[in-house]
Amino acid sequence: MNETTSATGQQHPIGLYLKIWLLLFVLSAFSYMVDYFQLQGLLRWGLILFFMMLKAGLIVAVFMHMAWERLALIYAITLPPLALLVLVGLMWSEAGHTFLTRTLFFR
Amino acid sequence: MTSTSSPNDWRGFVDDWSGDKEAFRAVPWGKAMMWIFLLSDTFIFGSFLTGYMTVRASTTVAWPNPSEVFALTVAGVHVPLLLIAIMTFVLITSSGTMAMAVNCGYRRDRRNAALLMVLTALLGAMFVGMQAFEWSKLIEDGVRPWGNPMGAAQFGSAFFMITGFHGLHVSIGVVYLLIVAFKVNRGDYERRGYQIVEITGLYWHFVDLVWVFIFAFFYLW
Repeated sequence: MNETTSATGQQHPIGLYLKIWLLLFVLSAFSYMVDYFQLQGLLRWGLILFFMMLKAGLIVAVFMHMAWERLALIYAITLPPLALLVLVGLMWSEAGHTFLTRTLFFR
Repeated sequence: MTSTSSPNDWRGFVDDWSGDKEAFRAVPWGKAMMWIFLLSDTFIFGSFLTGYMTVRASTTVAWPNPSEVFALTVAGVHVPLLLIAIMTFVLITSSGTMAMAVNCGYRRDRRNAALLMVLTALLGAMFVGMQAFEWSKLIEDGVRPWGNPMGAAQFGSAFFMITGFHGLHVSIGVVYLLIVAFKVNRGDYERRGYQIVEITGLYWHFVDLVWVFIFAFFYLW
């Protein structure tokens, strides 16, 4: 990790990319297996999210080179999407309210 | 002024942002702009997926089981989500070839960089082709944006909106890749350097990244 990586472009060995590629294949196979074996309940949601986050993290960190970028760029890009969690929280409670009124008036 | 700070500690972080000049020091302009575009795209897809969550959580009608809706029967065997799994592997493979193209570009091996980008574009086109097949199968099964025979009416609108917007991104990416591959091959970047391949790669990996979330939330959930 030296200061000039970004300026001269990010040069990483092909071997690293191939390893990540293989890992993404395996993780995708695992998440497909979750559905194939019809796992249910908390185990299902947990595994789906776990494999999803691992895959997303590998793509962003290695394929998109985020792991080697400057902190200033890393935080400018990765922090703002957290605001979406606020939206998710708001809409989740809104959806619960809508569901409740629907069961009261439309069933 | 700030030559002593390291780029990867808090001192460097504060110095970069308080330097009263470009914040993303030593980051090529095109790359910073692509990242900011992708950030805005994150909000678009994030909002779509949140909207999908909202309609799915608020409907009193049962949600169609994606595992069943997207199942295929191959040689008499019923396989759940088969096409989606293949599409996922095709897209991951295209991300792999894209990463290798970036590597070739920086090694100034422009023939192979262009070749790998064309291969990436072909895999992307293959993905869109399979998506077209999936859409026609669902339309044949009676799935519409306003209703379907399997359950909650919102299934169709969420499906067509989210996968349609993602498919559009893949299609645009294929065109983008082919244009850049053509220019790389022609030697347009011999003097300016090959950051363009990495920047194009950022867009392409993002499309793969979005698919990871769609796969998890729409097809597996």
